[in-house]
Amino acid sequence: MNIKENIKTLVIKKPLKLDCGKTINNFPLAYETYGSLNKNKDNAILVFHALTGDQFVTGINPVTKKDGWWSYAVGPNKSIDTNKYFVICANVIGGCMGSFGPSHKNPDTNKIYGTDFPVITINDMVNAQVNLLDHFEIKKLFSVVGGSMGGMQVLQFISNYPDKASTVVPIACTSSHSAQNIAFNELGRQAIASDHNWSDGKYLSNNTLPDKGLSVARMAAHITYLSKKGLQEKFGRKLQERDALKFGFDADFQIESYLRYQGSVFVDRFDANSYLYITRAMDYFDLVKQFDGNLSNAFKKTKAKFFVISFTSDWLYPTQENKDIVIALNAIGADVGFVEIKSDKGHDSFLLDVPDFLKTLKNFLDKSYIKR
Amino acid sequence: MKTEYKIIVDLIEEKTRVLDVGCDDGTLMESLKKNKNVDARGIEISKDKVQTCVSKGLTVIEGNAELDLKQFPNDSFDYVVLGQTLQAFINPEIVIKELLRVGKKAIITIPNFGHWKVRLNLLIKGTMPITESLPNDWYNTPNIHMCTIKDFVKFSKILNFKIFKSLALTNKNISNINNFNLFYKNLFAELGIFLIEK
Repeated sequence: MNIKENIKTLVIKKPLKLDCGKTINNFPLAYETYGSLNKNKDNAILVFHALTGDQFVTGINPVTKKDGWWSYAVGPNKSIDTNKYFVICANVIGGCMGSFGPSHKNPDTNKIYGTDFPVITINDMVNAQVNLLDHFEIKKLFSVVGGSMGGMQVLQFISNYPDKASTVVPIACTSSHSAQNIAFNELGRQAIASDHNWSDGKYLSNNTLPDKGLSVARMAAHITYLSKKGLQEKFGRKLQERDALKFGFDADFQIESYLRYQGSVFVDRFDANSYLYITRAMDYFDLVKQFDGNLSNAFKKTKAKFFVISFTSDWLYPTQENKDIVIALNAIGADVGFVEIKSDKGHDSFLLDVPDFLKTLKNFLDKSYIKR
Repeated sequence: MKTEYKIIVDLIEEKTRVLDVGCDDGTLMESLKKNKNVDARGIEISKDKVQTCVSKGLTVIEGNAELDLKQFPNDSFDYVVLGQTLQAFINPEIVIKELLRVGKKAIITIPNFGHWKVRLNLLIKGTMPITESLPNDWYNTPNIHMCTIKDFVKFSKILNFKIFKSLALTNKNISNINNFNLFYKNLFAELGIFLIEK
C-alpha cells in the first residue's frame, strides 16, 4: 500500500513492550479527530474501530472516498455529537491505514515486515493509543466507545487505565473470543494463506497481491456480520440479472454476486497481512483469563459509568456474551446500564441506520455529559 | 405522581442504594433521586421502557427479575422495590427470597385481591373479576398469582420474613395495617404496601 496523504500521524517515541515480549519504539500511530477539544479538556471521546475499520470515523474517508465507517453514529447532532464532543480515533497498530503495521519497512533490514511483524494483541493496541491522551494533554476522557473489536478495546482500555474515562460504552462485543469466533477468523486466515500470491507474507516485496484469498476471507466474515433473516429478506433466492438458473458456477444468485462484490471492494482498501494480524489479536483476547478467571476484577479499580449495548440478531457476539460483562460489573456494584436493541441487521447493526440504537447511544452520552 | 410512589419515597431513607425491580419508565427512580438523593438502579423487561429510562439519564439494565437478580451479590442494596408485579411471577417465593438476599430491606406492593369489589364481582357475576386495577380477562392477564393482603401477611409467616411496616391504600388515603384491622383493610384497601426484612 502506498503512503497516503491526509493521514495525521503521531510518532510514539516511548518504548512499548508488547505482549509477545518484543519492544517497539519510534513507531507511527495514525489518527483523526472530529469536533474540538474544550478549554477544560473534558469533552473528549476515544472511539475504537473494529477489525476492518480505520481512523476515518465519519465524513468522507480521504483514502477510500467513501463515507466513514461510523457516519450514522458520529457527526454534528448525531449520537456522538461532534458539535459537543471532541472525537479521537486511531488506526490500530497492526493495521494498514498509516499506523505501524506489517506493510511497513523494518528500519533495521530495510525490508517490508510482512509476517516478521510482531504479533500484537488488543492490549498492545490500547497501550499504543493511550499515548494520544498525552499528545492532546487530556487527563480523563469523557468516554471510550466502540463496537465489536472496538468494544474489546474499550474493555481493555478501562481495565488498564481505570481513571482515564468517565463513561465506558462497549457495543456488540465480548470479553473473550469464543471457539466459534476463532474458527471464523481461522477460515479467513487460511483463505489468505492458501492464495499463492500471498508468498508467506512477502507479497509486497514480490509485487503481487493475495487479492483472491483476502476477498474470500472478507466474504466469509461478511456472512457472520449479517443475520439469516436479514439475508433472507434482502436476497432470498433472487437471481442476479437473469431469468433462470444457468447450470454453471457463475453468480446465479444475488447473494453470491453481493458477496463477490463485497470481497472485491475490500481488497482495494485492506492489507492481507494486517487482516492476519488483527484477527489474531481478536482471537488472543481473553479478558477473563487476564484476570485469573474473574472478569469482575478487570473493572474493580474503575469508578466509570458503563453502558453495554447488544443486538437481538447478532450471533457473532450474542447478547449473552454482552450480558456476561454486565453480570461481572453488577457483581462488584459498578454503575452499569444495559439494553438489547431489536434489529434484524445482525452484528453489523451498530454500523447501520438502527434508530433505537442511535437514539439510545445519544441519550446515554448526552445525559451522562450533563451530570459529569 | 401516583400516591403509591409517594408512599414508597417516604419509606426510603436518604442517600441509600436502591434497586427498582420492574422500574417501568423510571418515574419512581427519578423521584427517589430528586427527593432522597439515592443511588438508584433499575431492572426493566421492556426494551422501550429501558430506552425511556436511558433518555432520563437513569441507570437501568434490561432484564427479568426471575433470571437477573441472581447476578447481584448479597446485601448489595439498602432497599429493593417491587411494585405491583409479585403476582406476575411464576415463582413469587423465589422472587421474595431473592429480593431479601440482594437487598437489606424490600418494599413490595400488591394489588389486593381481597378488595370488596373483587369479591362482589366474583360472587354476583360468577366470572373472574375485572376491575380498574385488574383490567384483564383471565386468559390474557399477566397476573397469574393474585393474592390478598391477608394472604401476603400469612406468606410472611410461612417464608419467615419480617413485615416492618404494612400500609393500606384506599381511595388515595393511607393507613396502617395491624392484626386488629386486618379483616377490614383486606376488604377495603386497593393496594397493600409492605416494608419487609429477612
